[in-house]
Amino acid sequence: MTIQDIQNDIIDEFSMFDDWMQRYEYMIELGKSLPLIDDQYKTDDNIIKGCQSKVWVHAKMEDDKVVFTADSDAIITKGIIAILIRVFSNQHPKDIIDADTNFIDEIGLKEHLSPTRANGLVSMIKQLKMYAIAYQTQLN
Amino acid sequence: MLDVTAIRKDFPILSREVNGKPLIYFDNAATSQTPKQVIDVIVDYYSNYNANIHRGVHTLSQEATDKYEAARKTIQTHFNAAKSHEIIFTSGTTHGINMIANGFASLLKEGDEVIVSALEHHSNIVPWQMLCEKTGAILKVIPMNENGELLMTAYETLLTENTKLVFVNHVSNALGTINPIETIINKAHEVGAAVLIDGAQASPHIKADVQALDVDFYVVSAHKMCGPTGVGVLYGKEEWLNKLPPYQGGGEMIAEVTFEKTTYADLPHKFEAGTPNICGGITFGAALDYMNAIGFDTIASYENELLEYATAKLLDIDGLRIYGNSNQKTSVISFNIGNVHPYDIGTIVDKLGIAVRTGHHCAQPIMDFYNIPGTVRASFSFYNTKEEIDIFVEAVKKAAFMLQ
Repeated sequence: MTIQDIQNDIIDEFSMFDDWMQRYEYMIELGKSLPLIDDQYKTDDNIIKGCQSKVWVHAKMEDDKVVFTADSDAIITKGIIAILIRVFSNQHPKDIIDADTNFIDEIGLKEHLSPTRANGLVSMIKQLKMYAIAYQTQLN
Repeated sequence: MLDVTAIRKDFPILSREVNGKPLIYFDNAATSQTPKQVIDVIVDYYSNYNANIHRGVHTLSQEATDKYEAARKTIQTHFNAAKSHEIIFTSGTTHGINMIANGFASLLKEGDEVIVSALEHHSNIVPWQMLCEKTGAILKVIPMNENGELLMTAYETLLTENTKLVFVNHVSNALGTINPIETIINKAHEVGAAVLIDGAQASPHIKADVQALDVDFYVVSAHKMCGPTGVGVLYGKEEWLNKLPPYQGGGEMIAEVTFEKTTYADLPHKFEAGTPNICGGITFGAALDYMNAIGFDTIASYENELLEYATAKLLDIDGLRIYGNSNQKTSVISFNIGNVHPYDIGTIVDKLGIAVRTGHHCAQPIMDFYNIPGTVRASFSFYNTKEEIDIFVEAVKKAAFMLQ
């Protein structure tokens, strides 16, 4: 599936929810259910400094696709990470670089990606794209 | 008795909505809200007498200067300073602390000792670390116990003839502990050390009498006391302020300038280089007038009622732990529920219209002490109500249910 297809799927899923409570409950479920990153990668090197919740990201290259794993110590942040991983992992670096994140807005979670929000998610997306750029350079 | 219904009408912001719910503002320890009596002063200043002060011969400048100096007198009276020139306008508490740290840089030598407490805000740690790096002085820390109280016997053993400075906050921003500053000041003076008290968190609740305390320096921010951001005050004993070098060069802090030598102006101007926050200073005076009209004793006893009410209600929630259990506290409750991240709780209650602070509250050493990433901090002001606390407690329960 392309990044766009996955984003559309997510928008469809979220459109079933009537209010913010249901959206958040769903995100919390996503955050709880997914094992996101191997403990060995939860090191200070992989930490993205948000002000409040910690976010770890690890990337590797498999068959010309970037595979991301990530985690956070805050469950709502972790739920959004689960969504971002679903969108960006297992994609070609070029597609990751070109992708936008407007779908976050459409599923009613815009405030979490505000640059002033102290949860590390904006830095995380930047970091995902940086990995993609680095791997793209290797492919060229 | 405090008429909270009438008081709430003074604060326009309290009638707004957040996320479709009436705002409940419990982040007062970060910044307080502003009553219309104070907002009116800002409007009046810019509408009627905005001018630069201390320099102009024209009427506007004279009016602005008079009001600014009248505000200084109001602040002097409030803190019971002996002289109005012992009141130095700053941009806030952090600025005041840095002015003192900078001043002591020229007085300290290698081997001198500076004592801070384990309860400090970052702004009260970093300047002293920088000062000690620059001078070779040694930084020592007064430890605290599980209740978030400073260990006074440990403090006494830290004091030596080498101690030159002691820096403690009057009230901890993260936990709300009211520190025994009278004892801290007296013991420091016994070894000849100067004492700076950070009054940022105490000043909205406790009226400090700097002469009775015999404190050498006391710093506050207006925005915690129903005033504007970007302005505060450094109180310093005259003898100390005369001893310290100026912080910044610029206009107004000089008496005479030639290319050979500049002589500094008298207090307070020696420490007030450049055009100050004129409107801010005047408005700070108005904010103090507003709070004093209600009365600090009335405010403190009402806020204490809110604190006791909220503490009992929150402790009923399963797995909720309050950090900072001193019996001397301002109306601040720092807590966590089980292993739930404070950020998650803050996010959910914000959706319900409630503003609380989450995180390490710029006091990471305290969070390290308890081995937690941070806390949720609810801080109450005299314009908050028990009904708001009830709604807040229900919101916290809802968040805990969703997150656990």
